[in-house]
Amino acid sequence: MATYGIGRVVERSLAGRSRGGELSFRPVLFLIGLWFCLFFALLFLVVLVVTTFVDGAGRLDLRLFTEYPAAAPERAGARPAILGSLWVIGTTALMAVPLGIAAAVHLEEFADQKNWFNRIIEINVQNLAAIPSIVYGMLTLSALALLGVANKNMVWVGALALAMLILPVIIIATREALRAVPREIRQGSLALGATLLQTTLRNTLPAAIPGIATGTILALSRALGEAAPLLLLGGLVYLTFDPNGLASGYTTMPIQIFNWTGRPQDGFHELAAATSILLLVILVAMNAIAIIIRNRFQKRW
Amino acid sequence: MVIHTSVRTGASLPDKPYGQLACEQVDVYYGSFRAVTDVSLAFGINEITALIGPSGCGKSTLLRSLNRMNDLIDGARVEGRVTFMGEDIYGKRVDAIEVRRRIGMVFQKPNPFPKSIFDNIAYGPRVNGIRVDSMSDLVEEALTKAALWDEVKDKLKQSALGLSGGQQQRLCIARTIAVKPDVILMDEPCSALDPIATARIEDLMHDLRREYTIVIVTHNMQQAARVADRTAFFTAQVDEGNGDRTGVLVEYGKTAQIFENPTDRRTEDYISGRFG
Ligand SMILES: Nc1ncnc2c1ncn2[C@@H]1O[C@H](COP(=O)(O)OP(=O)(O)OP(=O)(O)O)[C@@H](O)[C@H]1O
Ligand SMILES: [Mg+2]
Repeated sequence: MATYGIGRVVERSLAGRSRGGELSFRPVLFLIGLWFCLFFALLFLVVLVVTTFVDGAGRLDLRLFTEYPAAAPERAGARPAILGSLWVIGTTALMAVPLGIAAAVHLEEFADQKNWFNRIIEINVQNLAAIPSIVYGMLTLSALALLGVANKNMVWVGALALAMLILPVIIIATREALRAVPREIRQGSLALGATLLQTTLRNTLPAAIPGIATGTILALSRALGEAAPLLLLGGLVYLTFDPNGLASGYTTMPIQIFNWTGRPQDGFHELAAATSILLLVILVAMNAIAIIIRNRFQKRW
Repeated sequence: MVIHTSVRTGASLPDKPYGQLACEQVDVYYGSFRAVTDVSLAFGINEITALIGPSGCGKSTLLRSLNRMNDLIDGARVEGRVTFMGEDIYGKRVDAIEVRRRIGMVFQKPNPFPKSIFDNIAYGPRVNGIRVDSMSDLVEEALTKAALWDEVKDKLKQSALGLSGGQQQRLCIARTIAVKPDVILMDEPCSALDPIATARIEDLMHDLRREYTIVIVTHNMQQAARVADRTAFFTAQVDEGNGDRTGVLVEYGKTAQIFENPTDRRTEDYISGRFG
């Protein structure tokens, strides 16, 4: 199929070239190179997914959800990690979503876009979105050290790092969603004697919600798969209880996978693969929901 | 080209408008660019005033300055006085929000909110905290005045975006009426509509004149002749000071006089199609 595609594109580009009177080999070579890269990337992905499924399918059963980590792989499960992921992501969402939306609304609707200070903030938000996640772990770590918090393995601490990680993403997505709402809608509202705050809360923001939801879900799915900052924050622990609060100890699915992969026994590798499948399914589902929301509510004006 | 006017003449239309809303030596700037220069004009109460003139002569700019919609444009600035019931609407203690509630605006492109028909109409009263016994009655009244009630009464809960362009524009008029303004400004309200929808809006304006002061910008001279009691003709001329083109008021009078007996050569050229 891929070769058929290449053939078609090459044909077309050759046709286009020859009509222009100039037949050049280099663009064609470049095109083939691009297809080759895509092919390799996809190949790795497929191999990874297939081997994970082959390894983990056998352990993808109820025990994974009900059992706690144990010394023997047959008796072990990922229950605390699954619950821990839920706790951490839920807390992350509670921290990052309202703050991110509020920040975006301020920057987009209220702040003077010409003000140098706001411009610096804007550039920084863009840059923050590209910073490696481990940096947010380090930032949280040093903040805790300053505050003198000794026990780092707490749900809210992990959530804080992840919330900082996805905050810029949520801000950017929300701003784009707000920008997609036509100016005429705002003008119509203001011309009726609405204040800017009323216009934003009753008109602009509701109209932008599908876009915001899409961006938020994608950001949360990124946080869900993150291991590095949590590892740094002491998330790598052996838990035999369910997390039960913001200050509770926790571990998450990516960390549990990391942990089991490092063990010598094959049984743990299977467990790691099974947990990976679960994580993948959740991530695919989240992305699907985001896409459905986007398609359902796209361009209503 | 002969354009027949079908508007009130003689006894029912006073020689001088009783100006509820008026401009006094108004200049409007965008940054350092002066888009409109020295316009003095009174808009008669319960009259329809048409603003006509070639593209770029500042009709929209002047219209937006009448209810402070210009405040929303970066760098826009008004000099001179715009008075409403004798008070300068750009005065220090005047709230732009209140001005816009009293002086509503309908835009060139219909801009219904992405909400239900009912919520579109109820929006204005709600944000203005207008207390009513029954919002449904108010919605019905506004839609009836805008000649839209019969077409939408069975689908008030449906999205306003499902209406046709002409229906959407009447919805926008109904939405404006619902906050009970004194003046309605309309910027080319029919330019996106077909002739039938246009005719309906024109009929509607005739009905609305009884209760509201209406100012309409239009490029369609037949439309101005059909609906307006008075007409103001603007043109863009080169400012001797800086060489920029700026909008000026050329002639203002009863529509019949402007179309049948213009005193200014430029007006005559424009309405006879020799210009612009
Ligand atoms: N937001 C703005 N910023 C800067 N200049 C503007 C802005 N809006 C309009 N202008 C300028 O002001 C002048 C008058 O524009 P305006 O839109 O008021 O004209 P108009 O008479 O309504 O034209 P049309 O009939 O095409 O709608 C034009 O030279 C235009 O370029
Ligand atoms: Mg205009």
